[in-house]
Amino acid sequence: MKALTFTLIAKPPERLDLAPLAPQRLAVLDRHAIEKIRIGQSKRASTVGDIFRVAGSDVENMVFDGGSDRFDCVAAGMTEGTVRVIGDVGAQAGRGMRGGRLTIEGNAGPHAGSGMRGGRLEIWGRAGDHLGAPLAGELAGMAGGMLIVRGKAGDFAGDRMRRGLITVLKGCGNHAGCRMIAGTLVVAGTAGEMPGYLMRRGSILLDRAPRNLSPSFVESGAPDNVFATLVDRHLIAEGILKRPLLGNAPLRYGGDNAVLGKGEILFPR
Amino acid sequence: MPKLEKLEVNGVVIDDTFAEAFGMRATAVLITAPSRKWALQAAASMTGFATSVIGCGCEAAIDVELPPSATPDGRPGCRVMIFAVSTDELQKQLTNRVGQCVLTSPGSACYAGLDGPNQLKLGSALRYFGDGWQISKKLGGKHFWRVPVMDGEFLCEATTGMTKEAVGGGNLLLLGESGAKALAAAEAAIEAMNQVPGAIMPFPGGIVRSGSKVGGKYKGMMASTNEAFAPTLRGVVKSELGPDINGVLEIVIDGETSDAVAAAMSAGIEAVTRLGAKKGAKRISAGNYGGKLGKFHYHLKDLLP
Repeated sequence: MKALTFTLIAKPPERLDLAPLAPQRLAVLDRHAIEKIRIGQSKRASTVGDIFRVAGSDVENMVFDGGSDRFDCVAAGMTEGTVRVIGDVGAQAGRGMRGGRLTIEGNAGPHAGSGMRGGRLEIWGRAGDHLGAPLAGELAGMAGGMLIVRGKAGDFAGDRMRRGLITVLKGCGNHAGCRMIAGTLVVAGTAGEMPGYLMRRGSILLDRAPRNLSPSFVESGAPDNVFATLVDRHLIAEGILKRPLLGNAPLRYGGDNAVLGKGEILFPR
Repeated sequence: MPKLEKLEVNGVVIDDTFAEAFGMRATAVLITAPSRKWALQAAASMTGFATSVIGCGCEAAIDVELPPSATPDGRPGCRVMIFAVSTDELQKQLTNRVGQCVLTSPGSACYAGLDGPNQLKLGSALRYFGDGWQISKKLGGKHFWRVPVMDGEFLCEATTGMTKEAVGGGNLLLLGESGAKALAAAEAAIEAMNQVPGAIMPFPGGIVRSGSKVGGKYKGMMASTNEAFAPTLRGVVKSELGPDINGVLEIVIDGETSDAVAAAMSAGIEAVTRLGAKKGAKRISAGNYGGKLGKFHYHLKDLLP
């Protein structure tokens, strides 16, 4: 079966909510029904057929041929299959994902991977602010799965993260991992101001010393750390990194002691 | 049962008999450490006093040594197997032994050594040693606990698998002209059997000199000496030994599967017959209970090289 392909006809005239196009939601629909799904967010909302040319039928293997920063909620709530976006996406890509694989071959807007619980979300370009973070009013951010940003991420990456693994390969903005509850945030490249600000638990792994750390973090030495070795090996095995990030005895800072203080920031000595 | 024609390989007589073995529960863990020395030390401590379920609660030994390239953290390690008669006893032995012998060993880490639908608590039971400072981590679909200790952290996978398909009590009896020749044969057999994955020989160095029968004349004795194979009792009791036998050693085998037990026994027989009767055993036999107690029977003639 040929991949179900949504080819962008022209730049969208309005913001689009693509959550209805998650693979498991399309499994019971034929092409005609798919083309009638309303995805526009204005009063006279566009349908799938207005924006995309639809071809193929394999919903387990979907492709968006062409992207736009007006594509919101791509693959939101996805539970299975693969979705590939050849281009940029807007806000909340992969929000609430529980399984499957979403690949964005461009840049992503804010709140990518927000509330993710499983699966793998990979962004080849940049990611906006609040990567994996909760929306306003929500208590916890990412709660599982793997989120990879091969470019740079914005501010508040991993905010209130609870579980899972986020990897950012070209640095991130300010307050990475702020208010973390648990989980692991890896940042290669420069991290901005005060990583781990008000984190309770969890691990922030950096490839270099942070340029600015909250004074409520305390140095905890650099004993041998098997966990660091495991993470290095895992990231290399997954094809995310080419060489170890931490080594086997990284320097450790514990914090944030302004709150619970059971988190950690590790980086090579 | 009619006796087959006498079977002899390189001067070693193989009895027309079988080893009788029983179903057991088994689990395995991978232990790693900063060096091979300390991985083996942790494993040796963990498998100490684990020769027989009769008196030790479990049977345990190192299954295989692992090079750094074969361990989860790239350090030297080994796989340890533990066998017990019930799931509860296996859980208790696993927790106690890893907690007292691996957690305490410098630089150690401990991982699941067996996959399967049935799981036993490993780090999930030991994490409380962290007194609230333990850290839970999920990585690549696996769950780990990091427990702060004085040399850094003890990293331990949360659970490990358990199999209900394990077999315990496979055995070989090696009968020699002297104790030294029986020992030479047993050592050759153990060296070969140690190469078989999924099988352990839990007695000291893999060899047992005090083979037993079930029960005894004294009240409360679960096992007592197997007088039929004791050379000093030849002529006094109904003996299985001919006049040329002065030393008998036994090798007990526990396997992750019945096939592993058979493979280990076959490797042992092959090594003993290769050594020959002049340097080693004159006869190979096996222990059984007439086939009425154990579900698994390993006929020596089926295991010949």
